[in-house]
Amino acid sequence: MPEAPRHSASYFKSVRRMNQLWYAVPLIVSISLVYGATRHESMGPILNNAVRAASWIVGFMATIFVILWAVSWFV
Amino acid sequence: MVQDSEPASPSAEQIEVDLRNPTVAALWAWIWPGAGHMYQRRYAKGTLFMVCVLGIYFFGLTLGSGHVVYASWRPADKRWQYICQLGVGAPALPALVQSRQVKQNGKPWWNGFMAPPLEISEDSGVSDDLSKLHLRYHTFFEMGTLYTMIAGLLNVLAIYDAYAGPVIVVGKDDSDTDKPPPEDG
Repeated sequence: MPEAPRHSASYFKSVRRMNQLWYAVPLIVSISLVYGATRHESMGPILNNAVRAASWIVGFMATIFVILWAVSWFV
Repeated sequence: MVQDSEPASPSAEQIEVDLRNPTVAALWAWIWPGAGHMYQRRYAKGTLFMVCVLGIYFFGLTLGSGHVVYASWRPADKRWQYICQLGVGAPALPALVQSRQVKQNGKPWWNGFMAPPLEISEDSGVSDDLSKLHLRYHTFFEMGTLYTMIAGLLNVLAIYDAYAGPVIVVGKDDSDTDKPPPEDG
């Protein structure tokens, strides 16, 4: 019978922290929509602007994540 | 009247917005997120602001079981976050009532909902009521505080929108506005 993969405590800790990232989703959606709504009046342009803003926020977060992840290799 | 326009694109929206009485609208927008826009008959945006701002506000409040929004300006517990949370308006006002009640009678109402921690120690090594809240809710205390603060700050944007209308987006090339619209065919 194949042996189940063993994971260290830090692995589970990091997975648990990754799950906490889901809490960012409502914030990103709300911030993008409200920001879009302050720039336009109709729903179409508001949603377009919100999608652009959300992509920008997620991209920014991903960049910071990659930088911190890279730094963690050296520290 | 405010015109919402995006000159960079010829198909951009051109809508005139009747702001009615902007000061009254801004006041309503602060008292209840989205209410200012409802007053201006901008129902879609009013609903959007109401859902977004109140959604994350009450979600954050639930994360901390109603303890993340409280008003306190004691030397050991200056709750500056409440200034941001106050941007939500009426939903954050019970904290002021609770703060006054605790100051006068020492006992909060509503099972401590939005009440400031009773015992606060200036010594960081002592376990007081605030540290007990952190211990009980762990990261959710900070997360709830963050959610409710962002809700308040977002409502400031909504208040500005109710007062002055949407921010006009200026295209990269302003000379486009002077050009006549393209003819069909």
